[in-house]
Amino acid sequence: MAEATVQPSKTTANRIEIVLIGLGVAALLALPFFVYPIFVMKMMCFALFACAFNLLLGYTGLLSFGHAAFFGGAAYFTAHAVKVWGFPPEIGILTGVAGAALLGLVIGFFAIRRQGIYFAMITLALSQMFFFFCVQASFTGGEDGIQGVPRGTFLGVFDLQNEHTMYYFVAANFLLGLFIVWRIVNSPFGLILRSIRENESRAISLGYSVQNYKLAAFVMSAALAGLAGAIKALVFQFATLTDVAWQMSGEVILMTLLGGIGTMAGPIFGAGFVVALQNMLATSDFPVTIATGLIFMVCVLIFRRGIVGEIYAWLERRRGEKPE
Amino acid sequence: MSTASQPDQGSPVLSARGLRRDFAGFVAVKDVDLDVHHGKIHALIGPNGAGKTTVFNLLTKFLQPTAGTITLAGHDITKAAPAKVARMGVVRSFQISATFPHLTVLDNVRVALQRPNGLATQFWRSLSALDQLTPKAMELLQAVGLDNARNRLASDLSYGRKRVLEIATTLALDPKVLLLDEPMAGMGHEDVGAISRLVHTIAKDRAVLMVEHNLSVVADIADWVTVLQRGQMLAAGDYDTVSKDERVRIAYMGTEHE
Repeated sequence: MAEATVQPSKTTANRIEIVLIGLGVAALLALPFFVYPIFVMKMMCFALFACAFNLLLGYTGLLSFGHAAFFGGAAYFTAHAVKVWGFPPEIGILTGVAGAALLGLVIGFFAIRRQGIYFAMITLALSQMFFFFCVQASFTGGEDGIQGVPRGTFLGVFDLQNEHTMYYFVAANFLLGLFIVWRIVNSPFGLILRSIRENESRAISLGYSVQNYKLAAFVMSAALAGLAGAIKALVFQFATLTDVAWQMSGEVILMTLLGGIGTMAGPIFGAGFVVALQNMLATSDFPVTIATGLIFMVCVLIFRRGIVGEIYAWLERRRGEKPE
Repeated sequence: MSTASQPDQGSPVLSARGLRRDFAGFVAVKDVDLDVHHGKIHALIGPNGAGKTTVFNLLTKFLQPTAGTITLAGHDITKAAPAKVARMGVVRSFQISATFPHLTVLDNVRVALQRPNGLATQFWRSLSALDQLTPKAMELLQAVGLDNARNRLASDLSYGRKRVLEIATTLALDPKVLLLDEPMAGMGHEDVGAISRLVHTIAKDRAVLMVEHNLSVVADIADWVTVLQRGQMLAAGDYDTVSKDERVRIAYMGTEHE
């Protein structure tokens, strides 16, 4: 009987979800006609970055404090590949993603040996080393970064100099990235990741070599963060130290927490919110860091589950009350 | 000291000799010999701090022994990694209930079932790929009476039912040796009876090593009892022998003896 009442509400929930996703995609496609495209592209880059980060924090239970290395690193790799080597944008992006994955493999290899705060500190330390490398290495252009990165033509057909073409190119990559995250989370492998998050010793006692799973998740998360960074380099046509700095690692944690850890939509909303806020405050005298700091405190103190997480919890409570 | 090996049982499935573990100068476990036989329940008892859980951690390789050897069906597993030992068929439970709280009851069991199928690494497939495991999972849940709770989150179950779910999850691996760390701890009377019957049934097709404080349960279902005190073996034998042992009485009664 319980079965019978649960099942239909589940499918209506699915239907609502599909409608919402459809509306979201439609809005995404229509947006450049109403809003400054660069602004939305920036949001998409950070939203994808946050979703990639959430794959690790929300679904595997690993708090990385070094994700800027993958985001900013990929931006450098892509910028260099496109500008200096003259690669087309699609190969440039793949170079960035591959580079970020490789970085993820190295950093992840050391970090997964420890848990909790030690894990976070190792990722921070190694990403700071990478930051230092970026300051010193000649190909990154030091303080100047890599400027004037050409967007090129996608597959030799679509001229990405055109703002709208670029927008849809970014939107396609963004949706692809989200789909990959969603696929990983809702896969047999994703179920193992969640079980490791839930109870690591138990997962080991069931015969899972959790280190391998953690490393795989780490590399996937790094590669997807790299995809976001690679696209950002093409959108803004530069790669700078800002994107590899530890503040960026902090920012993505903020976005994810604000939106809701362990939800698909949370990091997207969190990133959108933070980027919009930064944009608004950029023209005012009010310092952005104080505003985001205050919001972060409010979030941690009042809605611990994040914006989307609180909405889900509220819907859950309502659904729970109804049958009685 | 009584001999560790039980007579007339053939060769043991899991066996430990001279097991020892030091923690920074403190000897938690010393010279422990254990044999666990197919179809038998071996109970490990002893006062708090006797080193029972440490022995468990050593046998499942969650801790590395300082000295001694562990063999599984004749293979030396003293140096194997814990996940490897689990894959070889030695599966443990934990003192506190070890479920995956925010997964459904069904998924708790399917997590265990998907490893031998090679599904666990498939990140490109939909979760519906796990549907093939559902009948087997339901069978296991049915056996422990949890089939009606399949869609509930494990965290919503009562304590007793969590422990039952844990056993169902463990059985999903079809282990050769089952190590249960205080399966009845913190349970009400009815639950104790149910679990002890369940353990008894399970033990028919496998070897069970069980840490348990509830001596009436031990008396009921254990075929062999090893008593630990301060990390060392105090006595071993069937329950009647062990319970009549003067040293065991003293260990359990503390200073109340004459």
